Amino acid sequence: MTSTVDGRSPGLALPKSELLEMYRRMVLIRRFEEAAAEQYALGKIAGFLHLYIGEEAVAVGAIHAMDERDHLVTHYRDHGYALALGLDPGRCMAELFGKSTGLVGGRGGSMHFADASKNFWGGYAIVSGHLPIAVGLGLASQYLDERRVAVAIFGDGATNAGPFHESMNLAALWKLPVLFLCENNLYGMGTAVEHASAVREMARKACAYDIPAERVDGQDVLAVYEATRAALEHCRSGKGPFFLEALTYRFRGHSMADPEMYRSKEEIEEYRRQRDPIVLFRNRLTQEGKAEAAEFDEIDREIDEVVAAAVRFADESPDPDPETVTDYVYAEPVRVS
Amino acid sequence: MAREITYRDALREALREEMYRDERVFLMGEDIGAYGGSYAVTRGFLQEFGPKRVRDTPIAELGIVGAGIGAAIGGLRPVVELMTINFSLLALDQIVNHAAKLHYMFNGQFTAPVVIRTAAGFGQLGATHSQTFEHWFAHVPGLRVVMPAVPKDAKGFLKSAIRGNDPVIFIEHSLIYRNRGEVPDDEDFLLPLEGAEVRREGTDVTIVSWSRGYYLALGAAEELAREGIECEVIDLRVLRPLDIDTVVRSVQKTNRLVVVEEGWRTLAMGAEIAAAVQEKAFDYLDAPIARVGSLEVPMPYARNLERLVVPNKDQVVEAVRQVLYQKQPVAVG
Ligand SMILES: Cc1ncc(C[n+]2csc(CCOP(=O)(O)OP(=O)(O)O)c2C)c(N)n1
Ligand SMILES: [Mg+2]
Repeated sequence: MTSTVDGRSPGLALPKSELLEMYRRMVLIRRFEEAAAEQYALGKIAGFLHLYIGEEAVAVGAIHAMDERDHLVTHYRDHGYALALGLDPGRCMAELFGKSTGLVGGRGGSMHFADASKNFWGGYAIVSGHLPIAVGLGLASQYLDERRVAVAIFGDGATNAGPFHESMNLAALWKLPVLFLCENNLYGMGTAVEHASAVREMARKACAYDIPAERVDGQDVLAVYEATRAALEHCRSGKGPFFLEALTYRFRGHSMADPEMYRSKEEIEEYRRQRDPIVLFRNRLTQEGKAEAAEFDEIDREIDEVVAAAVRFADESPDPDPETVTDYVYAEPVRVS
Repeated sequence: MAREITYRDALREALREEMYRDERVFLMGEDIGAYGGSYAVTRGFLQEFGPKRVRDTPIAELGIVGAGIGAAIGGLRPVVELMTINFSLLALDQIVNHAAKLHYMFNGQFTAPVVIRTAAGFGQLGATHSQTFEHWFAHVPGLRVVMPAVPKDAKGFLKSAIRGNDPVIFIEHSLIYRNRGEVPDDEDFLLPLEGAEVRREGTDVTIVSWSRGYYLALGAAEELAREGIECEVIDLRVLRPLDIDTVVRSVQKTNRLVVVEEGWRTLAMGAEIAAAVQEKAFDYLDAPIARVGSLEVPMPYARNLERLVVPNKDQVVEAVRQVLYQKQPVAVG
């Protein structure tokens, strides 16, 4: 397991500006998600809303390691990835509000963010259903000799579904540049890993397909960054897919509808107190003398403003134009009726 | 110029021409390469194009359809073959939840131009291998569902499907691969992926069908013509988007409609067509619309039982008589 808890982390050698940018994006995700929860309570956001609070280090570490030409597909818990990619928080929030200025014009909602210009081919809400799509993106990359890696984000729960296994087999069989990045947050909705998976370590599932695998501390952003970088290098060099399991924990319910009867308050509290990825990273950077309290505080203040502006933008944006409701069903014109 | 070729050769020509035309076009499916394709449509392709472009896949319908979608997003033009339509059920999630929706759900940012070829059909294959589900796909906005009956359409539609930007469910039929018909020589012969065609003009009754059902309809029409009953036969060709106007125009002329389909009638194409026609042409109808389909049982294996289940020409003839309120066959000669 890659970890920076004891020992040096090469990630620390990153320029200070990059380290602080990683911190900034983690805080942005945290505050954005908190604001989204508030807006949900106010009735501004509807439907399913899956928050990423507690898991920020995975998205930020992984995205920081990716090349901008790499492909990305994620599960429905996708806000963190969009923000880590640098997508405009206002447009992200507007999507949650179902506004025309949203990432996908209010057509997708929380679970279906996308931005083709960033090779982010979408958040997908059928558990594990997007994994074959990642395989196809990897196939396209190999076919066109592009050396782009297709990165697929999914949860522990997804590894028990058929599409996961079909995808792993295809990717390994054809030696495709696909990074399977599993966020093991110990639960699939309300079902603990040990009640759903015959093996507790998701990474062990990769050996059935001869896919190299690693487990990484998903609360440690530099560890995720380093493990992802190495994994991407493996995929990019033509050696085929890689499986990375990030051990993480979500601090909030599965979605806003979750009464959380399947885990104890103490367990949640313990993770919040001891395994908060933002606190861990801030402490680490402080200990290493990379930045001072005032610098972090300044970032925190700036993010508060960014998020407040994002909410304002979403709130003030117009609803989608009703005239557009039938747009984009087909790409080619339809003449018959 | 045109030549007469088989339905299978029309498909082969379409695939070959498009593969030569565009490097990004590739095929993947179970046993399409070394084995030559379950219905020999891709026989010799592996030798001609190599394993990069003719990809034998594991038996993983969901996986390969999903990979087709991803490859399409990634800039390729995948043609995925599902051995038979029965196995498409394993890929239904990818087709319905992803292929059909990405363009709309992501606000037109990108499309998934994947072509999924598959074959309907029967022939003592038993309950799990004799089904036809075109209407399941035709139910879903975002998909184009094509089911050609004649070689010309098979070729023109397949080429358009490969070049177009929408996901296409392209349904062949195992019992018409050897049917022959004229196909234009032009390598850029394309057909828009929509529109029914009146293949036989008539004044008394309209019979609508598609794929192999079209031949039943035509056979019945020819038989009835000998008695002086003139049937107009429409080949629907494309099930989504549905060209109901062509059917309506015909019904406005004949005032009577028979729909012929190969599968179960309940909640299938015939039901949709009947509903749409009564909405648009209620006042033109002189008789209730008749639907010919299979018996509502899982397909039995035994030859005599299978024959009882699958619709035949005589049933179409009977249905025409029914909508003409003809109890007795007209005496011939
Ligand atoms: C095929 C399918 N089945 C069930 C669901 C309902 N569902 C949504 S998320 C979820 C849990 C998934 O858990 P996991 O993969 O661990 O991801 P996490 O939510 O923990 O990030 C379930 C059961 C679904 N969306 N898709
Ligand atoms: Mg989980």
